[in-house]
Amino acid sequence: MFRQASRLLARTTTATTWRRSRAFSTDLPATPTEDSTFIESWKKVIPNMDPPKTPSSFMTPRPATPSSIPSKITVNFVLPYASELSTKEVDMVIVPATTGQMGVLPGHVPTIAELKPGILSVHEGNDVTKYFLSSGFAFIHANSVADIIAVEAVPLDCIDPALVQKGLAEFTQRLGTATSDLEKAEAQIGVDVHSALNSALTG
Amino acid sequence: MASNAAVPFWRAAGMTYITYSNICANLVRNCLKEPYKTEALAREKVHFSISKWTDGKPEKPTLRSDSPVE
Repeated sequence: MFRQASRLLARTTTATTWRRSRAFSTDLPATPTEDSTFIESWKKVIPNMDPPKTPSSFMTPRPATPSSIPSKITVNFVLPYASELSTKEVDMVIVPATTGQMGVLPGHVPTIAELKPGILSVHEGNDVTKYFLSSGFAFIHANSVADIIAVEAVPLDCIDPALVQKGLAEFTQRLGTATSDLEKAEAQIGVDVHSALNSALTG
Repeated sequence: MASNAAVPFWRAAGMTYITYSNICANLVRNCLKEPYKTEALAREKVHFSISKWTDGKPEKPTLRSDSPVE
């Protein structure tokens, strides 16, 4: 039994005991690769057998959250066909969430945000890079890493204003003449996207 | 969180998120300036063959080269 105990101790990662409910998210260690409560209860009941591995031991541990807020956020901005920004350290990003433009600073509360068509701006010192996103999601993690995924993202000067106006007029007209729910929804999407493109170009 | 909370209008009309997202992406692509627009549309072209199966055997496959529809 003592032979097993030392082997189990050797397997433990740098993490300390993992409690099921965390009150504060300051100084979180990485999630351990062993479920210590399960192993302890197992050993009480069946001390002679090795405890089986639980699913958490097969998962990669969640990275540790530093106790002090880092000075920059790390942004990963990916599209289905290219990786626009890969672990780039920036000061702030503003993402077009469905609930409004959301500014993300280092130390932001972990958030999952659905994005609407709009502008993503990446602020690094005095430089601001803007992209127009068609839609997507933004995942902000506790360790100040932001993963932004979009289906289509273009720099603002790749957008043709004449086509935007034409599209807006066409979809507004389609919205007026739409009959079925699906047609109305498609026309409404067209109006939303083109108005967002319009305000991106003029704003 | 209410399970009957206000759903987005596209879901109320029976559309899934993927369809919505693809429609948005196509609309944005169609509003691009010239060299970018042709690149983007060329990138999104799909080319596939479909065959229906009956009695455990495939029928003649149909080859489709759909460019993305709005």
